[in-house]
Amino acid sequence: MRQLKKLALTRRGFFRGAGLAGMAVLAAGTGVPRRASAEVDALVAEHMGAGPIAMEKVTLSAPPTAENGTLVRIPIEVDHPMEANNFIQSLGIFVDNNPSPFVAKFDFTPEVGKIGLELRIKMAKASKVRVICKSNTGKLFGTIKEISVAEGGCAG
Amino acid sequence: MGEQVGNARVRGPQEAVAKGSVVLIKTLIDHPMESGLRKDKESGETIPAHHVTDVVVNYAGKEVMKAVWTGAVSKNPFFAFSLKATTSGPVKVTWKDNKGVEFSGTAEVKVS
Repeated sequence: MRQLKKLALTRRGFFRGAGLAGMAVLAAGTGVPRRASAEVDALVAEHMGAGPIAMEKVTLSAPPTAENGTLVRIPIEVDHPMEANNFIQSLGIFVDNNPSPFVAKFDFTPEVGKIGLELRIKMAKASKVRVICKSNTGKLFGTIKEISVAEGGCAG
Repeated sequence: MGEQVGNARVRGPQEAVAKGSVVLIKTLIDHPMESGLRKDKESGETIPAHHVTDVVVNYAGKEVMKAVWTGAVSKNPFFAFSLKATTSGPVKVTWKDNKGVEFSGTAEVKVS
């Protein structure tokens, strides 16, 4: 009994190892390498300010698969007051796997009244898309969504 | 040949809206939005960057929003945004590209 169990574990370990190796081969074969998250984290901090990001208040309602990488719809809503002393000051859009991940940044005054945007962007390949907001008091909010691309765009 | 550039369009609600309501402003401009990272397929040479870098939204004479765009924004960029209609007045959107050329379009918001 004990021996059988040991064998099963070993075999499972072998398959797991093979699966990982397969994934590595796939990753190596897709041209543009997947950018390390830490690199984009640093870019976000550079544009939006450093600090912890609360994953709330921001909705990115883009479809999970973009038909055309040259034209990816990015509809964004932010559920946050826009009052004189309490408002969203800026919003940045980042695509981790684009040759240049920083896409756009918006600055707002409270007069906008509500943050709802739609922009169309280029995506070179499947990627995390990050939308990060900063309040006037320096608090960071955001969302991250994985979007796949049926047909790649020549992204900037 | 030359890409078409300009033809800025800004559209808001056609009719008067209640004061304080949130309206949607839709904008479109013809622009190649070349990132500067693409290569010409035939010559192999890099296609120079030519894209919008700055966008400013003015509402009733006051700047309410501005943006920095890179070449990762799509060609002929569509951009829509919400705006609280607090007063009747023009919503003027101005785009500037990396060659320093400016384009603008206006929509009138009317509150009742």
